[in-house]
Amino acid sequence: MSKLLHRDVLLQALVLGALVLAMVWLVANVQSNLERQNINSGFSFLSERAGFGINQTLIEYSEDSSFARVLTVGLLNTLVVSVLGIGLATVLGFVLGVARLSRNWLVNKTAMIYVEIFRNVPLLLQIMFWYFGVLRNLPSPREAVSLGDAVFLSNRGIVAPALEMTAAAWWYGAALAVSGVAYFWLRRRAQFLRLADGTAQSIWRPLAMIAMASLAFAALLGGVPFSFDIPAFKGFNFRGGITVIPEFVALLLALSLYTAAFIAEIVRAGIQSVAKGQREAAAALGLPDNTALRLVVIPQALRVIIPPLTSQYLNLTKNSSLAVAIAYPDIVSVFAGTTLTQVGQAVEIIFITMMIYLTLSLLTSFAMNRYNARIAVVGHKS
Amino acid sequence: MSSWTPTAPRPAPSNTVGFVAWARANLFATKLDTALTLLAFTLVVYVIEVIFGWAIIDASFTGDDRTACLKEVQGACWPFIEAKFGQFIYGRYPGAERWRVDLVFLSGLIGLIPMLMPNVGFKRANMVYLLGFYPIFAFIMLNGGMLGLATVDTTDWGGLLVTLVVAITGIVASLPLGILLALGRRSDLPIVRALCIGFIEIFRGVPLITVLFMASVMLPLFLPDGVNFDKLVRCLIGVALFSSAYMAEVVRGGLQAIPKGQYEAAAALGLGYWKTTRLIILPQALKLVIPGIVNTFIGLFKDTTLVLIVGLFDLLGIVQLHFTDASWATPETHITGYVFAGAVFWLFCFAMSRYSIFMENHLSTDRTSS
Amino acid sequence: MSDPVIRINKMNKWFGNFHVLRDIDLNVAAGEKIVICGPSGSGKSTLIRCINRLEAHQEGEIEVEGLTLDGSLKNLEEIRSNVGMVFQQFNLFPHMTVLENCTLSPIWVQQKSQAEAEKLARELLERVRIPDQADKYPGQLSGGQQQRVAIARALCMNPRIMLFDEPTSALDPEMIKEVLDVMVELANEGITMLCVTHEMGFARQVADRVIFMDEGEIVEENAPQTFFSNPENERTKLFLSQVLTH
Repeated sequence: MSKLLHRDVLLQALVLGALVLAMVWLVANVQSNLERQNINSGFSFLSERAGFGINQTLIEYSEDSSFARVLTVGLLNTLVVSVLGIGLATVLGFVLGVARLSRNWLVNKTAMIYVEIFRNVPLLLQIMFWYFGVLRNLPSPREAVSLGDAVFLSNRGIVAPALEMTAAAWWYGAALAVSGVAYFWLRRRAQFLRLADGTAQSIWRPLAMIAMASLAFAALLGGVPFSFDIPAFKGFNFRGGITVIPEFVALLLALSLYTAAFIAEIVRAGIQSVAKGQREAAAALGLPDNTALRLVVIPQALRVIIPPLTSQYLNLTKNSSLAVAIAYPDIVSVFAGTTLTQVGQAVEIIFITMMIYLTLSLLTSFAMNRYNARIAVVGHKS
Repeated sequence: MSSWTPTAPRPAPSNTVGFVAWARANLFATKLDTALTLLAFTLVVYVIEVIFGWAIIDASFTGDDRTACLKEVQGACWPFIEAKFGQFIYGRYPGAERWRVDLVFLSGLIGLIPMLMPNVGFKRANMVYLLGFYPIFAFIMLNGGMLGLATVDTTDWGGLLVTLVVAITGIVASLPLGILLALGRRSDLPIVRALCIGFIEIFRGVPLITVLFMASVMLPLFLPDGVNFDKLVRCLIGVALFSSAYMAEVVRGGLQAIPKGQYEAAAALGLGYWKTTRLIILPQALKLVIPGIVNTFIGLFKDTTLVLIVGLFDLLGIVQLHFTDASWATPETHITGYVFAGAVFWLFCFAMSRYSIFMENHLSTDRTSS
Repeated sequence: MSDPVIRINKMNKWFGNFHVLRDIDLNVAAGEKIVICGPSGSGKSTLIRCINRLEAHQEGEIEVEGLTLDGSLKNLEEIRSNVGMVFQQFNLFPHMTVLENCTLSPIWVQQKSQAEAEKLARELLERVRIPDQADKYPGQLSGGQQQRVAIARALCMNPRIMLFDEPTSALDPEMIKEVLDVMVELANEGITMLCVTHEMGFARQVADRVIFMDEGEIVEENAPQTFFSNPENERTKLFLSQVLTH
């Protein structure tokens, strides 16, 4: 820190003073406005009865639940669409990014056209396209498109058979746990043997035997571990099975397809950033292509890919707030939307909503800085 | 001593050049490649068939209402776009006054096109025109109420006009604001720096939609009773603040890339902070990050669609609004409308991204030749 | 003379339509040290990169230890595990320590145990005189040290043939010697070496044969004494006058 001149101190004092004055003025305005409009302040509204229904709830919720419960339901809905979207966008983005580097001309150009179309059309438009243009245009439940009489597509969403676990599932869980333990034990043993005297052993054969034996044992004790609840059309809608609402499908689809285009470009740039000499050196050492990719190219590319990839994940999470346009019950939609119109406490509600997003962002960028600091330890001179 | 004459080069063997060799290397190099090529080919043909069938073969092109678009196998309903085209461009701007909008579009292009061409001179004069004269002119023309022009309320503005007003205001306001924030973030003054970091991180940490909610729901609460802004203006402020935070980070990248020697050289010449920044640092830093700036503009342009959520009618909003017109209610109206709006947005964004690539190449040759 | 370990016959290569190697004939005997020189763009690097097929040739034959390089993956793997290569830009893997760089091929290609591979790597690092840098990352070493690691890494494959592609061109002058010393030592141990370099002192000291290339062909090849004191060809003489005077 260089030493501060008097002028600089004065300047800062002025900035601070102006800021404090502005704050005082704004707070006074808010107070008088709230009083005049008879709006309460404070956070006590959170424990009041919400009185409205939500069409997708991951936890128990009814009209009698509180606004705090609404907030939780909305946040969980935001998280579930974000996490699934991140998963799908990552898979598709990596496939497209690798395709963009393919020497296969047609594969390369197909991926390029995908990227150029999807990243240059506003996300909101894509969300509305899938929702109003495609999913709401499907036939009514009565004329639903059926796949093998088990999965039904209609303008009310996707209805699929629900998997229901029976008590026997515990036996299978135990069998899987045994296999998992066996896997780690075998791997350690193989590593130990290999480092000790160079004998390379495959662990897959003994692992498969243990897994099969324990699963067979579980089957003997428990029988079939699950049953299906198959949906059927009764009255005006489907009964049974699980229903995925069209708002969720449209939002998930649009978020993943849009973000995948950006991830593809990040992956492409990351792989391209690994110098050609690195692959040549690996080849000259006799490493087969896939080993070179796994041990030399991907670890280096990931260092370039991970920081911008994380910010795409954050973007996707923030973009999930566009849910409000198609009334998918995410946090903005049910809290900053419905709750705000019912309660009217804009200041508190917008503040809470922003704080939640801000916390997610700051946590992510904190983790990112840690990651960057760690890989920066290894000096980079080529 | 013998002298050596080089062997004349021969052309490459025919099996390594030409279309067949190209196809072998680029489409059918291995069994996997052949399989991928066939897969991609099938996919491309299928997609083209679907698009071509929908947009042309099964589409309707003429008609005055929905009856034109109710065939057994119906593709795009283009008459809908035709009938609503004026609305999509101008919104509810009165028909007799639309020449004013056209004039604003045209006078903007006159300044913008030479500005975008790196080899055309008069950049400084053009800057004064675009940033000084043009905004005032555009405001007077669009809003009216003086010079004998009838007032057109902003609630009547809509369509592409609103999209462009929001995007251009956002672009014009976010650049200087972003530069100030970036300078503030690198300032030696701790309070200024803390405020700038706080501003940037908050706006980058929350979704734009919450900022727009704040602008439309919360801002009125912060103002004294009776003082109120136009809804469009409130959204413009929200968009400008939001994109200035992103712009600040782009500019900061440029500032960080300027070597320390440049500051030292400027100090040795006796230049103070503002002169160093204005004459030495910013011109270099901004040039470095032109691609990043354009990318921020593209993001901003796409984000303008969000104003429809708080009740303004930009291009997407007005298309959405006209879906409710019963005389055009057909199963294909929605998709046709979205495809039209999507194509318009795509054209703008794609043009901007190509321009950014062009500038990147132009600047990199600039640097190596100097 | 025993059977050559490398046999190149009427080999031609094009980059697109550019004829980069023209009718190359070259036989290398076991244990022979060959230095290849020539102006930039003469195809000398491309020639040695063809020997382990980092570049594929289009006409003629290349045989390495009796195996033909013709795109067969089996031959290629066999050849690459017997041919070590050192690059101008070192090409060490920046995300791995020096030791990990060296043990990569022994572990993953030759299926050695880690302990065995590390023992070998430490021995070779000792030989290139940087035993105490084993746990550092390449980015923490000087250029000369990095190139010596690259030599050790190549030697860990226990190759019978070593290719050097301008190993000292990217180094500061004071580091060139430390790398050349290692190479001279290596040459004295009887390994077959092909070396593209402008270090004429090195050529005089260790080469059995010096090859001069220009415009994609071999202009002259000779024992170093004849090559330097009495070149057969005017083009060679011109080149030598340019290289040796500065």
